[in-house]
Amino acid sequence: MLLFVEQILNGLQLGIMLFLMSAGLTLVFGIMQVINLAHGSFYMIGAYVGATVTAQTGSFVLGCLAALPAAALTGMVVEILVLRRLYERDHLDQVLATFGLIMFFNELTRIVWGRQPLFMDVPAWLAGSVELIPGVPYPSYRIAVIAVGILVGVLLYLLFTRTRTGMQIRAGASNREMAGALGVNIRLLYTLVFGLGTLLAGLAGVMAGPILAVESGMGESILILTFVVIVIGGIGSIRGALAGALLVGLVDTLGRAFLPLLLRLFFSPAYADGVAASLASMSVYLLMAAVLVWRPRGLLPAHG
Amino acid sequence: MGKRLLVVVVALAVLAAVPVMAMEPVKIGMITTLSTKAGYLGEEIRDGFQLAIDQEDGKLGGVPVELLVDDDGRKPEKAKQIADRFIKRDKVKILTGIVFSNVAIAVVPKVVRQDVIYVSPNAGPSLLAGKGCHANYFNVAYQNDNLDEVVGKYVTEAGFKNVYLLAPNYPAGKDHLAGFKRYYKGNIAGEVYTKLGQSDYAAEIAALRAAKPDAVFFFLPGGMGINFLKQYAQAGLNQTIPVFGPAFSFDERLLQAVKDAALGVKNGSQWSHDLDNPANRQFVAAFRKAYGRTPTLYASQGYDAARLLGSALKQVDGDVTKTDALREAIRKADFPTVRGQFAFAPNQHPVQDLYIREVVKGADGKYTNKTLEAVFTDHSNVYVEECKMK
Repeated sequence: MLLFVEQILNGLQLGIMLFLMSAGLTLVFGIMQVINLAHGSFYMIGAYVGATVTAQTGSFVLGCLAALPAAALTGMVVEILVLRRLYERDHLDQVLATFGLIMFFNELTRIVWGRQPLFMDVPAWLAGSVELIPGVPYPSYRIAVIAVGILVGVLLYLLFTRTRTGMQIRAGASNREMAGALGVNIRLLYTLVFGLGTLLAGLAGVMAGPILAVESGMGESILILTFVVIVIGGIGSIRGALAGALLVGLVDTLGRAFLPLLLRLFFSPAYADGVAASLASMSVYLLMAAVLVWRPRGLLPAHG
Repeated sequence: MGKRLLVVVVALAVLAAVPVMAMEPVKIGMITTLSTKAGYLGEEIRDGFQLAIDQEDGKLGGVPVELLVDDDGRKPEKAKQIADRFIKRDKVKILTGIVFSNVAIAVVPKVVRQDVIYVSPNAGPSLLAGKGCHANYFNVAYQNDNLDEVVGKYVTEAGFKNVYLLAPNYPAGKDHLAGFKRYYKGNIAGEVYTKLGQSDYAAEIAALRAAKPDAVFFFLPGGMGINFLKQYAQAGLNQTIPVFGPAFSFDERLLQAVKDAALGVKNGSQWSHDLDNPANRQFVAAFRKAYGRTPTLYASQGYDAARLLGSALKQVDGDVTKTDALREAIRKADFPTVRGQFAFAPNQHPVQDLYIREVVKGADGKYTNKTLEAVFTDHSNVYVEECKMK
């Protein structure tokens, strides 16, 4: 039972990480109608810059503070230089161009930082573990990740419902020409939205740094799950991204944790482990298929 | 009369030309992985190999050599193309360099059939050691299972009785766990296969803690191993349940990305920079001087591959056209290995000592390996039986 609670927490933490990634991606996808495969690259840039600054200054907070603008600025520069030329083109062109960006950024990190993975550690004040429920020690750092994710969710909600910029973004999403005619600077707005999306990716990257290997190509492994999340949640919907991310995080984690035990009830252990390993890696895709059959536009679609 | 003289002159000229032609550098083709994040592995092999050539001023065993290097990008099909080009265009008779087993399986059987010698400086898949063995294929590094077998034996002797196993869900993952189980005699607390390339191991670590094993054995190469070790330490388990593994996750370059989280981990290897023999002392000092870093396992394998080839080239006086003679010369393995001692088993894989090392923090603040003990002496591999060498 305690193990179950711990695994739920693990699932939530993975879900929060996916939420940070998918919130940015779904904004770009839903509002700007651009398929951006290079989203994982901004996650990687966040992690690399965070790891470098943390190593130089010894301060994790400074590392985070440096990673966020680095990812956001890189994102905005990419938007101005590359993506602006792609809004009117079809999705295949966008896929090709942003796939090229992935290779560009992977090679760039190898040139700048070398081939070895970088080191980044959990800050000392988050290094221990906390007993949220007696008998379940849980790493403080992962709890901090969950807290930051919830905070970001609340801030995004406030941004979109309570501020003028949020209103303009929503207006730009529903009808680009009309919003432009009413005097909203759509170009600037798109650049800002893209910057916000990459900022969130950078935040996810720098928070993943202490848990994962900071290495070239680290963005691709999370990118696929991120796309699954926004498809499940409904493209363009932040609420959908949150729901989808938590669902995917939980299904993936609980599948990996409990499928072997479940299958052992029916098969020999060796066979059960093999089948469970394969089933667990399929679980999120099965989930996606099931959601799409049930609600083809995702759980919480953006418009209506 | 004049005609006959001419023939004699021409014949003499041809004879005279032969030794001149033999002094043309012998081409050695190195197909290795230099790009992608695993690129540092190929870099180490190449640098080790090149060091041996540089130490002889462009020669190996007194024979001038030319090393052709190309990057396979970790892709079997690309490696095949490079091999074709080396053999057809450059007329290379000796190939080496491949890092990954799946690449080796795609390339090696094809090239050895074309009367080309292949010396593996790393990958040692069971297929090429057993049913797929070939007279032209030599492995100077290890058979893949070796580094797991040594840990299996060590863990058993150290009295661990309930071990938890973890590997990625792909053929090499299963091979490595099988190698461990061959010499491990205790109970298996759990055997988990994770997604290849998985980054978050929280679920597996929680399940592992619940299974209460007395030790953990894992094979997770590259970034996966870094992720696992960091998260394992963050969960506090490195203080209570010791971790073991083959050397792949603990080379000196990877360790700098894991740091404290790897301290105390014991791993199996056929070589370490602190092995005390003259060839090794000389190699480690020369490598540090040339490249400014401590050589890894892979560099030592590249260096040994070069010196093995050097010993063979010396015996055949640089004549690589007679494959039979060259093969015989390589088989003798008459070279000063950095491992202390080395011979070839009947399937042309190493017979060597295998060690357990421990990850420690050196006096210079860098993380490195310290050799604890030799667990196997003159250890061969189990696939010798399956190999019907023609």
